[in-house]
Amino acid sequence: MSLEEPTPDDGAVETLPTGADEIAELLGDLVIDTETHVNAPGFVIRPDTVQETLRRLRDEAGFDHLSCVTAEEREDRYESIYHLTSFDDRQREVSVIVPTTKDDPVSESAAPVFRTADWHEREAYDLVGIDYDDHPDLRRILLPETWQGHPLSQNYDQDRPQIVTLDEWENPLAEDHREDEGDTMYINIGPHHPATHGVLHVKTVLDGEQVADVDPDIGYLHRCEEQMCQTKTYRHQIMPYPDRWDYASSGLLNEWAYARAAEDLNDIEVPEYAQIIRTMGSELCRIASHMLAVGTFALDVYGDFTAIFMYAMRDREKTQNILEDLTGQRMMFNYFRLGGVVWDLPEPRDEFFETVRDFLDDLPQALEEYHDLITGNEILQSRTIDTGVLPPEVAKSYGATGPVARGSGIDYDLRRDDPYGYYDELEWDVITEDGCDNFSRLLVRLREVEESAKIIEQCADLLEDWPEDEREIQANVPRTLKPDDDTEIYRAVEAAKGELGIYIRGDGTDKPGRFKIRSPCFSNLQTLPEMSTGEYIPDMVASLGSLDIVLGEVDR
Amino acid sequence: MSSERDRPFVTDDTQVQTETRDARMTGGGADNRFNSKLREAFGSSPFILTKFDQFMNWVRGSSMFMLQFGIACCSIEMMHTYSVKHDLDRFAAGVPRASPRQADVIIVPGTIVSKFAPRMKRVYDQMPEPKFVVGMGSCTISGGPFQEGYNVIKGAEEVIPVDIHVPGCPPRPEALIYGVAKLQQRIAEGESSPVTVKPYELEQFDDLEQDEIVEKLADQIDEDDLVMRYNWADSP
Repeated sequence: MSLEEPTPDDGAVETLPTGADEIAELLGDLVIDTETHVNAPGFVIRPDTVQETLRRLRDEAGFDHLSCVTAEEREDRYESIYHLTSFDDRQREVSVIVPTTKDDPVSESAAPVFRTADWHEREAYDLVGIDYDDHPDLRRILLPETWQGHPLSQNYDQDRPQIVTLDEWENPLAEDHREDEGDTMYINIGPHHPATHGVLHVKTVLDGEQVADVDPDIGYLHRCEEQMCQTKTYRHQIMPYPDRWDYASSGLLNEWAYARAAEDLNDIEVPEYAQIIRTMGSELCRIASHMLAVGTFALDVYGDFTAIFMYAMRDREKTQNILEDLTGQRMMFNYFRLGGVVWDLPEPRDEFFETVRDFLDDLPQALEEYHDLITGNEILQSRTIDTGVLPPEVAKSYGATGPVARGSGIDYDLRRDDPYGYYDELEWDVITEDGCDNFSRLLVRLREVEESAKIIEQCADLLEDWPEDEREIQANVPRTLKPDDDTEIYRAVEAAKGELGIYIRGDGTDKPGRFKIRSPCFSNLQTLPEMSTGEYIPDMVASLGSLDIVLGEVDR
Repeated sequence: MSSERDRPFVTDDTQVQTETRDARMTGGGADNRFNSKLREAFGSSPFILTKFDQFMNWVRGSSMFMLQFGIACCSIEMMHTYSVKHDLDRFAAGVPRASPRQADVIIVPGTIVSKFAPRMKRVYDQMPEPKFVVGMGSCTISGGPFQEGYNVIKGAEEVIPVDIHVPGCPPRPEALIYGVAKLQQRIAEGESSPVTVKPYELEQFDDLEQDEIVEKLADQIDEDDLVMRYNWADSP
């Protein structure tokens, strides 16, 4: 348990360097230059000192959360940016910038320090083309192995023909076990499979009933979300895309991620009234998303379209009806605008509030049914308790956030730790469970639904009493937004699955120079091998269900 | 004997009257259930005459096993279509099968990207004939909002033939039900799309630049391997 706390006592916590000067002092001559990002100080380091710098920041300054790795190609150099923050204090942030030359883009890998860097750097290699020295397994992650070129690099020719083969995947352990008369068995799960929640491909090697090796293969839904956002204008064109990242009805939460980053980048103040509407809508989305997670998890564990799935769908229909009244669409809301929301609550307002309150009134009974059917069920308990164990220090190292981290007892929620919207004015709690297993993650989701309901109720009260002439739904935002050249920001919100971060670099035009999405599911999915190696194969399927990944967000 | 053979199609009504038939025709009592409108229309004959292939088409349209196939956003709406409130099962099309070998209809619900297209093709190939395809959402029509992406297939028709396109992003469950109903109508009328598969080719790299990766692939190619070649410039 001592690993949970990087700092031994309270005295040391106070001395943790937070200011730019203190961090610069800690890093000493590792720093060759400094930059200022909107969210954090940035330190430029040499490409061969990445591990040393990150290790020092993690061990001596408490930056134990590598939130994101952004790679981009600039006019004269390649750049990898490591966005570091802390699980204990989310508002302490620092960016470590690693420039490399154009002709030899080799940078030291951070994977030995933060395990989450493994996939992030593979993605950077795949899309931008930076090589990472000392990386355990540097190959393409999102695009097919046969792809030619790196699509987010500057001189990529998009019209070039590409070839993709469909090979039978080879058993990665085959060579090791060939002498042992083949006691392992290779199972290909997906990409078309009911238990993978979309188009995930899990290469699994079984030893008897137990999982000997598991390798999630992603990229079957990589639909160029970052490229799409980079070719659209800030003001209106980007907003429809976030709805499609995490499409399990968490549209408003995703829109908020973009809205928050772009508003902070352009210094836009959102009216209080609009913030409350945003908060209420987002929590409705969170309920819908958690309902789907619970329903499909039960589907995975019980193996058929049973009552729980249908109940979950029934409750989702209710939230979707409310959201449709509010936004005009069932799933792809496109409701937020920079500086507010697109329109006010639907008229007649009384009727809308009545619908919301009816839903909230029915919710406790519905949750009671879930607890009767799922968490109180002995069969499900024996399937999920103590399976898929993810210890907190491992979860932190992989950058797991959201219900996955909170199910491992990590008290980390951006709504409270890095407040935005109207959350800090409302009464609610962050839910954590200490079980670290599949059951805890399920329980966290079900209990978070209650907290979301609390938030919605308070928002509805506030909105109902809001004076009629002060209902300002949008700030005055210029028609065209052009942030200054070289302004960089990394901002995150608590989406349904965890920390959803957006990195934007303004380049003086009305379109982002680089738009990077830090998806919570991407990091959460990385923990799958950790959770399921050595477990039984059905437990791996349950673990996958409890991670609640949405492939649209994993692959972007 | 001989007189009967001379007039084979004339039946004496009085000779085939039975008690059961009486009950059916006159109604009342426990056998009332036989007195449906259908019975009135068909008269006493318990047979319906139709062409066998027409009958088969009607059967196919009336009992469709759908492939449980989720890709992207649309699959969430597809799940809603299958489950409570919308309940596609009411339209004789609501049995999602996990295995393509048991399915008649594949709903393609989402964006198809380069890595997934060969897999989808394989799943489609594994379905038994006759098989039908419903393309759900704008992405299966043209790539939808992601059409300009470097990795996005410009519509499902590039890979497999599509019978019905349901537009929308995503289409509402009602729209999908309408699409499925239209497909049932088409099947009942004996129509389905001609199979035209464009860019899925085996061992045809002739028109590609022979760089090292093409050569390597051409050397390694196996007859059973599925190879997709994407010519993004010529895609619609």
